[in-house]
Amino acid sequence: MVRESRTDRLFMVGVYVLLATFLAVVLLPLLYILASSLSDPNAVSSGRVTFWPVDFTLRGFQVALSDPQILVGFGNSLFYTAVGTFVSVSLTLMLAYPLSRRDFVGGGLLTRLIVFTMLFGGGLIPTYLVVKSLGMIDTRWALIVPNAIAVWQVIIARTYLRHSIPRELFEAAEIDGASHFRVLWSIVLPLAKPMIAVIALVYAISNWNSYFDALLYLKSDDLYPLQLVLRNILILNTQSNGMDVATAMERQQLADLLKYSLIVISTVPVLLIYPFVARHFTKGLMIGSVKG
Amino acid sequence: MATSTRLRRIRRNWQLYLLVAVPVAYFAIFKYIPMANAVIAFKDYSVLDGIWGSEWVGFRHFRAFFDNPVFWTLVSNTFILSAYFLLASFPIPIILALALNEVRRGFFQRTVQLVTYAPYFISTVVVVSMTILILSPSVGLANDALGLFGIPSIDFLGNPDYFRHIYVWSDIWQTAGYSAVVYMAALSGVDPGLYEAARVDGASRLQKIIHVDLPGIMPTAAIILILGVGNIMAVGFEKAFLLQNPLNLSKSEIIATYTYKTGLLNADFSQATAVGLFNSAVNLVLLIVVNRVAKRVSGSGLW
Repeated sequence: MVRESRTDRLFMVGVYVLLATFLAVVLLPLLYILASSLSDPNAVSSGRVTFWPVDFTLRGFQVALSDPQILVGFGNSLFYTAVGTFVSVSLTLMLAYPLSRRDFVGGGLLTRLIVFTMLFGGGLIPTYLVVKSLGMIDTRWALIVPNAIAVWQVIIARTYLRHSIPRELFEAAEIDGASHFRVLWSIVLPLAKPMIAVIALVYAISNWNSYFDALLYLKSDDLYPLQLVLRNILILNTQSNGMDVATAMERQQLADLLKYSLIVISTVPVLLIYPFVARHFTKGLMIGSVKG
Repeated sequence: MATSTRLRRIRRNWQLYLLVAVPVAYFAIFKYIPMANAVIAFKDYSVLDGIWGSEWVGFRHFRAFFDNPVFWTLVSNTFILSAYFLLASFPIPIILALALNEVRRGFFQRTVQLVTYAPYFISTVVVVSMTILILSPSVGLANDALGLFGIPSIDFLGNPDYFRHIYVWSDIWQTAGYSAVVYMAALSGVDPGLYEAARVDGASRLQKIIHVDLPGIMPTAAIILILGVGNIMAVGFEKAFLLQNPLNLSKSEIIATYTYKTGLLNADFSQATAVGLFNSAVNLVLLIVVNRVAKRVSGSGLW
């Protein structure tokens, strides 16, 4: 074992300091929000809260969770995330499996046509006109269909199927007379589980977090996903229905408190799944980064 | 002969074509029809006449945009914001990954990785609201901290000069940990023999990083940089739009937000499409140029 020199030890101290700084910079704002969401509205608005709750209370959460608008948004988001992810993953696999087959005549051309859409697009208004002419404006379809397939996910899935499942398996299945549907169902689905988990996760997160399509295509607020409700309350400062509190002062303070609680509520579901899938996710990213 | 085997293969694999039918229809309808619809940039689109029935006006909408006094503001806001973003967000994940790679695998390393990675999962709406709350002049953490040093509170979001910094650094806060993972993956692929050789040669840790780690992640970094430059005009609409307020508009109005406002809020479909098309074209040209340069310099490009 080579002994560490003094400069090396000094260097390592620098590395630890750097990493601790990164850790603090990311963690402290999160702690601040969490602490504020659990503090008394009075303490929050007078700026007494830093990283630890002051006069602990769950009132913000009570108000947030009794607000019909927020509950409807939450439910809608669950729906869009579940259905949208299912549709996206199915379509992605239906496209990626044929593209992964080297005997798929026309696959090269198709890949190029698909990748081109990553580089160039008609733009916001021309797409809006298509969605409109299909009668999808102000329907749930508008949040599920127009952005159903992400090219990047197709490429990751195709690369995975091409390199991580032995070709002999496909050949053996074909000799046994399996159709392509059968191969997809009985070989790809079970063997590509890690990859499918990764792309499902990516789609699910982007569905859960998206607000822009809703802003473009939806008019009725009973269809709004949570993120759009959040934007209205958090950024546009629209008063929420659930707050019929007596005095204006208290109302304002509660409104502030509600913001912190809302941030926590909307983020917790995503952060809860995250530690369980993080390892999968890292692997999936590597699959994608090895070959484009 | 060649065509007949091809035909035979197509016939034998008809099910593959059935499988791709729906996805292909998706790309045709939601990607390629909009490209065709973009002809309304050259027409005076009216709802009654439809896309193909509306009257041709040539480049009038483009000229109107170029002559518009906001043109240069929009282009420079978009360009500066993206360039700043690209330059600032490129090195930080690399530094984070290199540092993480130095420390022993254990609780500290895992904690830093898990925590820095987490904000990636938070939505843009929430990150922007957190930013607004933390920078708020009355109750925000940032001004409380400044107050400790006797600095009077600053209305960060109300001052256009701060907009770019807020945009860029809140984004780095959110994505640096996630981007670092790609570099960690690249580092894990470096040949261990190189590290042994460096150690035998008596390299210090810093020398090891410079001569082994950095060259090891260079190809990954190059591709990420090319993609970044290629997207320089496509700066995120969502975030700029959410961070905007009437006070910081002079720096925060970018081409994408302007397109949304003229197009959907003022219903000027043709004008907005012309603006969007101009933006996409600049983007595409940049990407092609950068890719060609990268290919000549490093021998590897995107295509």
